[in-house]
Amino acid sequence: MPSLGADMTAGKLVSWHVKPGDAVKRGDIVATVDTSKAEIDIEIFEDGTIGELLVGEGERVPVGAVLATVNGGPRPAAAREPAATREPAAAREPEPAPRPPPAHEPEPAHEPAAAREPAAGRRPASPLARRTAADLGVALDHVTGSGPDGAILVRDVRVPAAGAEPDRATTMRLAIAAAMARSKREIPHYYLGTTIDLEPALTWLAERNAQRPVAERILPAVLMLKAVALACRQHPAFNGFWIDDAFEPGPGVHLGAAISLRAGGVIAPAIHDADRLDLDALMAALRDLVRRARSGGLRSSELTDPTLTVTNLGDGGVPTVHGVIYPPQVALVGFGSIAERPWAAGGMLGTRRAVEATLAADHRATDGISGAAFLNAIDRLLQTPEQL
Amino acid sequence: MTTYREAMREAIREAMRADERVFLMGEDVGPYGGSFGVSRGLLDEFGPERIRDTPLSESGFVGAGIGAAIAGMRPIVEVMTVNFSMLALDQIVNSAATLPHMSGGQICVPIVIRMTTGAGRQLAAQHSHSLEVWYAHVPGLRVLTPATLEDARGMLGPALADPNPVIVFEHGSLYNLEGELGAGAAVDIECARIRRRGRDVALFAYGGTVGTALDAAERLAADGIEAEVVDLRVLRPLDEEAILGAVARTHRAVVVDEGWRSGSVAAEVSARIMEGAFYELDAPVGRVCTAEVPMPYAKHLEDAALPQADDVVAAARKAMAGDV
Amino acid sequence: MSPQPLATIDDARRAVLDALVDVAPDLEGTDIPPEAELQADLGLDSMDFVNLVAALSEQLEADIPERDYSLLDTVEACATYLRDRAEVR
Repeated sequence: MPSLGADMTAGKLVSWHVKPGDAVKRGDIVATVDTSKAEIDIEIFEDGTIGELLVGEGERVPVGAVLATVNGGPRPAAAREPAATREPAAAREPEPAPRPPPAHEPEPAHEPAAAREPAAGRRPASPLARRTAADLGVALDHVTGSGPDGAILVRDVRVPAAGAEPDRATTMRLAIAAAMARSKREIPHYYLGTTIDLEPALTWLAERNAQRPVAERILPAVLMLKAVALACRQHPAFNGFWIDDAFEPGPGVHLGAAISLRAGGVIAPAIHDADRLDLDALMAALRDLVRRARSGGLRSSELTDPTLTVTNLGDGGVPTVHGVIYPPQVALVGFGSIAERPWAAGGMLGTRRAVEATLAADHRATDGISGAAFLNAIDRLLQTPEQL
Repeated sequence: MTTYREAMREAIREAMRADERVFLMGEDVGPYGGSFGVSRGLLDEFGPERIRDTPLSESGFVGAGIGAAIAGMRPIVEVMTVNFSMLALDQIVNSAATLPHMSGGQICVPIVIRMTTGAGRQLAAQHSHSLEVWYAHVPGLRVLTPATLEDARGMLGPALADPNPVIVFEHGSLYNLEGELGAGAAVDIECARIRRRGRDVALFAYGGTVGTALDAAERLAADGIEAEVVDLRVLRPLDEEAILGAVARTHRAVVVDEGWRSGSVAAEVSARIMEGAFYELDAPVGRVCTAEVPMPYAKHLEDAALPQADDVVAAARKAMAGDV
Repeated sequence: MSPQPLATIDDARRAVLDALVDVAPDLEGTDIPPEAELQADLGLDSMDFVNLVAALSEQLEADIPERDYSLLDTVEACATYLRDRAEVR
């Protein structure tokens, strides 16, 4: 059972799309899984033949539990798996018995003992939690701890008993709560904002759209997405993940587009390689993503792959949005509502349509100076819309 | 309806009636009836040879008691409080505990030493100690801490029957404890006892803190936290099986100990839990002990220094959160 | 969705409601008053809106230029727009 978000602890297998003996290739959809947010199609990351299906349709298992075995087939070479899907859907070793803590040098007698700091990469967990996780086949990496300093306790590992399943709205809310709480707990956010003159972009867009039928017109949001995607090429430090105390650049610019779900809640699936899509392709991709986000059919890779998320609350009608980063990403760009504002330029006062763009960034990965440069790059790109 | 004090008196009475080798010696045990009233009336029943007032010299009369035990008597030596027992420490540790071993078993020291212990009555720094742990440290001694009427009544018999030295600690706040007591059957002097069943956290206590732990358990229950209360009863040898069993059931532990935490019974229990039930723990073992200060005289300061039910509740809540 | 007759205001209203339910399936079966604002009351965002306009454009079998978007703020306004444009057809 893959982890399809920082908040996910368990999932229900809705249906299998393969049976034992079927040949599969990397990228094939093998199952549909119900997370607490949506039903997601699960892709397999290697070639091979399906061996045994270990979890039945309708069963709910914790993240990390083995769903099926896959035999043979060459393992795909390096394209490095994005962080959140470290475990492929195939068989995985259960956690070995806890390792003894690393021996450390005795401190000189007169030095005060160092403040207690967890060794890099260790997930603090109580002995009982570790043992229970091993018994249940749950990977501690996928568990959010509720103990002191984020330590994992046994209650974090145990899946709530199957029984009354809360409704989608409740589980959605809980999932968002867990992810946002983790984000605010673990990520030291800093915030920058800037006001971007959209007059040139919107004028250009209106002319372009006037020559096209409704179905081929492009939303302003798409211009903003493309600008962010291109800015990521120039400022790769904002496009990637913070894992194990280090920045891991994203394998591509896979922008997460925050989509509000009509029943409440938000999901932010990835538009892969957004920097390489032309505006029409980007609009089509966004339209398709919104449709599938709301009616089902999102793929697991779309949930695990975003390297940077963009949220556009412009429709909702506030000028500024200060976002919360989705771990393990390191940034979130927010656009508020486009509105006509007074604008001073060349010694003259007029009005322009403008938008407030904000950057919420992980201070472990970047500093304000680079954040400002990133925002300014987005601004500059939006001043030359014909090059987007 | 009877009291802890009366139960202890009855235990002495019964033992002396059953075995003429048993006698009681200590400061003011005769006409005065004992500093805490335990031996009131016994002089009239048993006479001055068997209820013996001693001079104000712990080292002297504890030594005399050890000698009497070696010679074949079954003395109950009453040391007024553990505070004064320090003057007899050499006798207890270097003679009573050690002679059987040094003599290869040729010398038996079947002595029972009773001491009052604990604080809470504004007796200030020199008269408020809980030093049970010093005695629990020493091989050759058995250390008992009766906290209930049943134990006050029933532990003395087996203690006298034990061929080795037994120290019995009576917390000063327990003497007026009231309750119903049955026929007074003998109890064991080996095991801890579960005073309240629970499933969320185990509270370990002995002597005066058993009541504190039970109070805390009541308050925790109101918030849906079911605490198990284990009365250790025997500090040496500790009933490790009972301790580990409680932790295996509840996965969280708090030890309530009126001693100071440094080198305490709580520290020993915590170490045993770490050794024997580490993989059962969902939180570090908590310790609720007396503040590391000589006991203050002023009431509000003494109360603040001693482990209270609120402190135990707070520690139990922290354990529920994986913290200490 | 194949084009429907739009001659009367009732036909137009029906076409608008059909298009709305297509874009936002959760609105199906709910009561949608004619003065309901698309964004504020029915919660349509910009993507929903262009999808709605596309559906209406199909109904009309004609293009709806961007400058007319501001006319389409309520359900009734959409119906009126459709009926007016259909008359011209």
